[in-house]
Amino acid sequence: MAGVQVSNLSRSFGAHKALDDVSIDFADGGFYALLGPSGSGKTTLLRQIAGFDFPDSGRIAIGGESVERVPVEKRRIGMVFQNYALFPNMSVGDNVAFGLSVRGEAKATIANEVQRALDLVQLGKLGGRRPHQLSGGQRQRVALARAIVTKPRVLLLDEPLGALDKALRVDMQIELKRIQREIGITTIFVTHDQEEALTMSDRIGILRDGRLVQEGPPEEIYDRPKSEFAATFLGDANIFRGETTGTGIRLPDGTAIAAGAGAALAAGAKASCAVRPERIRIATDSGTSDPNANMLRGQVSKRIFAGNNSTYFVDRGGQTLKVIVQNTGIERLAEGQKVVLRWSPESTVLIAGS
Amino acid sequence: MAGQVATGSRSGLRSALPLLLPAYLWLTVAIFLPLSAMVFFSFMTELPLSGKAWSFTLDNYATFFAQGLYWTLLLASLRLGLEVTLWCVVIGYPAAYVLAKVFRGRSREAIFLLVILPFWSNGLVRIFSWAMVLREGGILDTALNAVLPFKINIDLMYSYPAVIIGLVHSYVPYMVLTCYLTLQAIDDSLIEAGRSLGASRLQMLKRVIIPLSMPGLVAGAALIFVPVVGSFMEPRILGGRTGTFYGTVIEDQFVAVFNWPLGAALSFILLAVVLVILALASPVLKRAA
Repeated sequence: MAGVQVSNLSRSFGAHKALDDVSIDFADGGFYALLGPSGSGKTTLLRQIAGFDFPDSGRIAIGGESVERVPVEKRRIGMVFQNYALFPNMSVGDNVAFGLSVRGEAKATIANEVQRALDLVQLGKLGGRRPHQLSGGQRQRVALARAIVTKPRVLLLDEPLGALDKALRVDMQIELKRIQREIGITTIFVTHDQEEALTMSDRIGILRDGRLVQEGPPEEIYDRPKSEFAATFLGDANIFRGETTGTGIRLPDGTAIAAGAGAALAAGAKASCAVRPERIRIATDSGTSDPNANMLRGQVSKRIFAGNNSTYFVDRGGQTLKVIVQNTGIERLAEGQKVVLRWSPESTVLIAGS
Repeated sequence: MAGQVATGSRSGLRSALPLLLPAYLWLTVAIFLPLSAMVFFSFMTELPLSGKAWSFTLDNYATFFAQGLYWTLLLASLRLGLEVTLWCVVIGYPAAYVLAKVFRGRSREAIFLLVILPFWSNGLVRIFSWAMVLREGGILDTALNAVLPFKINIDLMYSYPAVIIGLVHSYVPYMVLTCYLTLQAIDDSLIEAGRSLGASRLQMLKRVIIPLSMPGLVAGAALIFVPVVGSFMEPRILGGRTGTFYGTVIEDQFVAVFNWPLGAALSFILLAVVLVILALASPVLKRAA
């Protein structure tokens, strides 16, 4: 097992820069999610680490050893593909055994290891089945068993849960995390699903147009996004744009919004503030509360009821704000109602303007 | 639910009938009727069209078993079919692999066209062009002597290799096409998965790619083996006196000796032998596929 260091990695396909000077340190034994929209370069980065494609420039090290020119079959990595890529001409057992048998391991060793891997993914009794006789979730487990049975240094997963339905996906997220903890393998996971990235990983790297936008633990990125893109791609955010006052921003209409976190900016520069919808409190009166809190008035234009919570869309001087409220009681605000929005400066992140 | 499906398929059959009818009508007229006539002829003493008196007999079939010559020729033809099929695999499979897995887009279309191109020319023209290439003082001979510093004589005309060359040329596109179809259906991620597990290219070929493309190899082999065993044009033109095979003997019965009953009997023996071979091979091939 080993950590992976990617330094100044670039790769172009014709005029298209798929990866542009990306550097990430994947810690040994960590679970790392690469998150980004399609075309952001996350799969290209994974394929570079796997060795299916070589970089134009930059360095890739696995366990401290430079591998950027080493072909995939010599890198000792395990990979799980989005479509699972199980060999249809082989039984489940033979699929899992493949990596060991091409290495020429002894038959008894192979049988032992295969059974252990199948037990680990809770498919111990299905070794004799053919891949087409399995459900999507079972195929997923076989693909995982096949990838880890060879004891690779790194486990690479390319949107492995993308083809599963919602309920199964949540099950597999927990299962994948359990297996990863159990064997302690460095895992790099490509996904475009922000919820998956948030719930599963120790660290997240957000990519956009081939560049690393932000990198860190899920809480850090969620609470202190460094760009509007990071704020809106990982979770939901209300964005206010204006000029900095040093401790917040002033909107074009003169309203001041105080920010308790984020970039230190010179007064007068263009900047934005991001606020998560669930951090905003909504009320019908101005009341008497914290005088430091940010406050805006508006009118409810729409309400979406989702059982445990409701989303209110509040119009305020040409901007629609999103507010999520837990339904702890039965009182609800009607559409058209005049409301007051409040949130603390600590929940407001100052972001440099683009 | 089951009832719905049943009515659905019944009305489906009714609407399918007009679409199926022309094909089956044509097959009946063009294949079944002449074939039945041939079965009938093969049990006759004389061809009824000749005006002579005729009766039913088994002599035509007995002739095959009585004369060792026919056995020898049949075995030679089966060997020819096997050799041509093997050469087609050796030449066609790698080409199909490159077409399916290496080339993409326009370059694939262009190379594909080159594979199909021979189909667009007349078979007889193709065989005679090979004659021009293979004979002494022909294109191959002249070209090699122009390049090589010493004098050599290439005269492949009227030889067994010439027959093989001509037949392989005619039939290799079938192997390329059938293998291309199965190879193209193999997902690239399977190959990548195998490589990520540490398999060399050769191991991937042996354990994943060839097993998965077996249906194409089998289909190609059947498409080639059957007509080659009965072939007569290439053996006659390119093989000359060495080109006497089972197919040429059958042709002689029809066009030279005018012994249609014997020709018909020999044809049906060939058909039976080929069917037996395919039947014996099918469980083996099915397991491999």
